[in-house]
Amino acid sequence: MEKILEILQSPWPWYVAGPVIAFVMFALLYFGNSFGLSANFRNICSILGGGKSCDFFDFDWRKQIWNIVFLLGTVLGGFLAWQFLMPDESMLLSENTKLELAELGIANAGETFLPKEIFTFESLLTLKGIIIIVVGGFLVGFGTRYAGGCTSGHAISGLSDLQPASLVAVIGFFIGGLIMTWFIIPSLYSL
Amino acid sequence: MKYFKYLILGTVFGITLTKAEVISWFRIYEMFKFQSFHMYGIIGSAVVLGIIITQIIKRTNMKSMSGDPIIFTNKKWSISRYLFGGIIFGLGWAMAGACPGPMFILVGNGYLVILVAIASGLLGTYVYGRIKHKLPH
Repeated sequence: MEKILEILQSPWPWYVAGPVIAFVMFALLYFGNSFGLSANFRNICSILGGGKSCDFFDFDWRKQIWNIVFLLGTVLGGFLAWQFLMPDESMLLSENTKLELAELGIANAGETFLPKEIFTFESLLTLKGIIIIVVGGFLVGFGTRYAGGCTSGHAISGLSDLQPASLVAVIGFFIGGLIMTWFIIPSLYSL
Repeated sequence: MKYFKYLILGTVFGITLTKAEVISWFRIYEMFKFQSFHMYGIIGSAVVLGIIITQIIKRTNMKSMSGDPIIFTNKKWSISRYLFGGIIFGLGWAMAGACPGPMFILVGNGYLVILVAIASGLLGTYVYGRIKHKLPH
């Protein structure tokens, strides 16, 4: 038993995580639904009454309860992992990544999931914090609906079904991600 | 009770993405910098297995748990919508270091400031709904 816990508590390699994600996709299909997390942004907008001011949110969100329950499960999963399976968060990042980030003012890269210099409530009082957290969140919410899906809906479900549209979306994800990481983050994070 | 299975699946997903560090800003940065294989291994192995699973479902006409056919809807073809939407999403993904699923899992991990990013993401989705008729699709 202790041995099992020890294995669960060490970082999980990619060849465990990938197959689990594929299994989750399969289970959702088997239950008669599909794997796509960003639909919940639309669902929550609808639950909050968005349908009154905008047709796009005027639908019966009750049919999407399964997805919202799934979403709540992900929060619970994060909490359980944090409380019981995380002796510490530190990651084995590549040395290049750590050196680069140190130059951008992010010390101790990989000790926590998010750079602790930026992701705090206090940093919401700074321009840098507002851009990264508020604008970043906005772009994710806007872009995912415009593209009709996020990493789960397009990169996993869509590519698995060999959908050309999803390939275009994933290429878009990478164009955006590469522009941000190579050209914008260096100046943004050293603000 | 009929929703309980979704809670379990979500929990498995949340634990996995936490333990495999997919929810980490640093792993996303590393991925876009091509400095580590980790994220490519995760997404790549999920997609390869996903293709096999999808083909098996289609070729065996597998039924869902309730006995209905499992339907895959073809996404309506367009370049502008997926490319522009995708680029905007990608910019946000790399900047905030999290896509929608990981945002919620991070909240479970105690990073409450991400609730602000989620609220902002909801606003982004709402604004899209308001102006979608003006955008190229």
